[in-house]
Amino acid sequence: MRGGQVAARAPVIQFTNCRILRGGALLREDLWVRGGRILDPEKLFFEERRVADEQRDCGGCILAPGFIDVQINGGFGVDFSQASEDVGSGVALVARRILSHGVTSFCPTLVTSPLEVYHKVLPQIPVKSGGPHGAGVLGVHLEGPFISREKRGAHPEAHLRSFEADAFQDVLATYGGLDNVRIVTLAPELGHSHEVIRELTALGICVSLGHSVADLGTAEEAVQSGATFITHLFNAMLPFHHRDPGIVGLLTSDRLPAGRRIFYGMIADGIHTNPAALRIAHRAHPKGLVLVTDAVPALGLGNGRHTLGQQEVEVEGLTAYVAGCLVSFPPLAPRTCPLCSRGTNTLSGSIAPMDACVRHFLQATGCSVESALEAASLHPAQLLGLEKCKGTLDFGADADFVVLDDSLHVRATYISGELVWQAEEARP
Amino acid sequence: MRLVILDNYDLASEWAAKYICNRIIQFRPGQDRYFTLGLPTGSTPLGCYKKLIEYHKNGDLSFKYVKTFNMDEYVGLPRNHPESYHSYMWNNFFKHIDIDPNNAHILDGNATDLQAECDAFEKKIKEAGGIDLFVGGIGPDGHIAFNEPGSSLVSRTRLKTLAMDTILANAKYFDGDLSKVPTMALTVGVGTVMDAREVMILITGAHKAFALYKAIEEGVNHMWTVSAFQQHPRTIFVCDEDATLELRVKTVKYFKAILPLLLILFSLKDLELRNLGLHSLPFSFLTIYVLNSFCLC
Repeated sequence: MRGGQVAARAPVIQFTNCRILRGGALLREDLWVRGGRILDPEKLFFEERRVADEQRDCGGCILAPGFIDVQINGGFGVDFSQASEDVGSGVALVARRILSHGVTSFCPTLVTSPLEVYHKVLPQIPVKSGGPHGAGVLGVHLEGPFISREKRGAHPEAHLRSFEADAFQDVLATYGGLDNVRIVTLAPELGHSHEVIRELTALGICVSLGHSVADLGTAEEAVQSGATFITHLFNAMLPFHHRDPGIVGLLTSDRLPAGRRIFYGMIADGIHTNPAALRIAHRAHPKGLVLVTDAVPALGLGNGRHTLGQQEVEVEGLTAYVAGCLVSFPPLAPRTCPLCSRGTNTLSGSIAPMDACVRHFLQATGCSVESALEAASLHPAQLLGLEKCKGTLDFGADADFVVLDDSLHVRATYISGELVWQAEEARP
Repeated sequence: MRLVILDNYDLASEWAAKYICNRIIQFRPGQDRYFTLGLPTGSTPLGCYKKLIEYHKNGDLSFKYVKTFNMDEYVGLPRNHPESYHSYMWNNFFKHIDIDPNNAHILDGNATDLQAECDAFEKKIKEAGGIDLFVGGIGPDGHIAFNEPGSSLVSRTRLKTLAMDTILANAKYFDGDLSKVPTMALTVGVGTVMDAREVMILITGAHKAFALYKAIEEGVNHMWTVSAFQQHPRTIFVCDEDATLELRVKTVKYFKAILPLLLILFSLKDLELRNLGLHSLPFSFLTIYVLNSFCLC
């Protein structure tokens, strides 16, 4: 086949002096790449009788699968939920800038927005392969508007919706079509949610439960209808209660369909989740944990006011709040502003980059480096059914990987075996 | 024969590796002159392979002009199965060194015509000019390669059915499940190994002691095929103390007494080959003198 012949003539690159994440362990092995894919060197040796065309010394670094961010609302001043004429440029800018965070694939996320925004923006964010231009777009994550009023968080109340009688048609009308959509977050306690979940799942769209006041029973039924993800666990849902664990209880539920694993997003920025809560979730169900940034347009911009959809957001250090008043408080302290009743204690997305989340997750849970790396790569790939080609360094997978030093800082990022970003010190 | 007895497994592995290393260097392989090496698999040579890799990584030893011929391979096991001898050689040796893949020969246990595969292997050895040094091990039943008890001592490369002793010994690599162990293999013959200019047999561990006794203190017997090497002009047996447990005290004492001569060779390697210069006369003169006097048996 033509494609196979072209690939066979492509140069073979051998990354040496490194530890690679494979099979859940960090192995002292070389990584072989050809034609943008991970290559089996044993097969190359015995069948093709070839050696590498080029060897690259990785200086003893860790090579991990590229990080996959399934919840990111924007960054660097770009807000995916703003209807502009040129959404593509904004997506491209974010895609390029997150390469330095080790992210090689992502799902641009839209928060609850008016119909016009969905109709204008969605067609402008097609699925796209990554490369030197930026991380790959896997599809859009639609967080809302079919969510709970009570748990809307930073989402604007005016644009929340519930399902009408012809629920799925309502969904189509709201979004204007489901091309380019990869994940939908909704609240399962809304009427008619089950038929919506089933229809979306049948279309190959991942349904996520979030911004909801559902009890455990409702959540379990939603999973039985096809839901496979929980949007930022603990945030925007009922807290764990020992007689009704709510959505959190899905982590240890025994009423999930056989062979089905529930995944859950965690924002490990040190602010959204107390480390003890992070540890409880991780210990209860380590294989389902998916690190997400839930990053807002303020990511990478520093302190000040920025937008998030229809809302204004205040950034201070590593914390972003729904803008209320400007009285400043130390981070993590309870924020109740004495001047306005609508206090500034509603978290509004995060501005911690993905690699910082991985480091914080590692430090807070005390888990192995392998677990922390898998939470940002393998698990999101498994969530989206892409684990054969993404989130892994197995033979045949896409050669999307990140070079990390021992403290898990990003030294270089590769997509399809091509260097797409490199830290300053590393540049010649 | 020469019997070299080292205190433990690690020292035996290191001695064997240094011997192979020195043999290759002394041969001065080049574009028109390849060193041909016969290679074994199993747990015994692992330490030796590790040391050879170390010498390669230190820059002391290159396999660029070395051709290798492995002794055997299972029949019917996929080439990429973790327990195939192709996998063993790749993981434990080839991937760490600079050998040309075209010069690494291993029998193909999945060939459509197995006998033709064996005949082709014999032809390749002949075309390479014969084997300079064949390194092998010994089974608990005294076999060399997969030449099980009863194999002809003048046999050539062919298909063999494995003896129960061998299957039991290999079960540990297949989760202890006897049904998973391959029952047939392609193997070089006793005659094939006997054709080599020099043979080195590695034997370590108490479980091999009885086989070693049968191989060197009893007669030449097709039930203990390693015994055939009593009739080879240049064979070295490299052992650890445990492997000599079934030998006569007299045998062990005799060979230990002439060990110091062999240890000169050992310490020569430690004297930074690079500092002395590979072509410096004193070093090569001494090595050749020692090797020649050591190898006359």
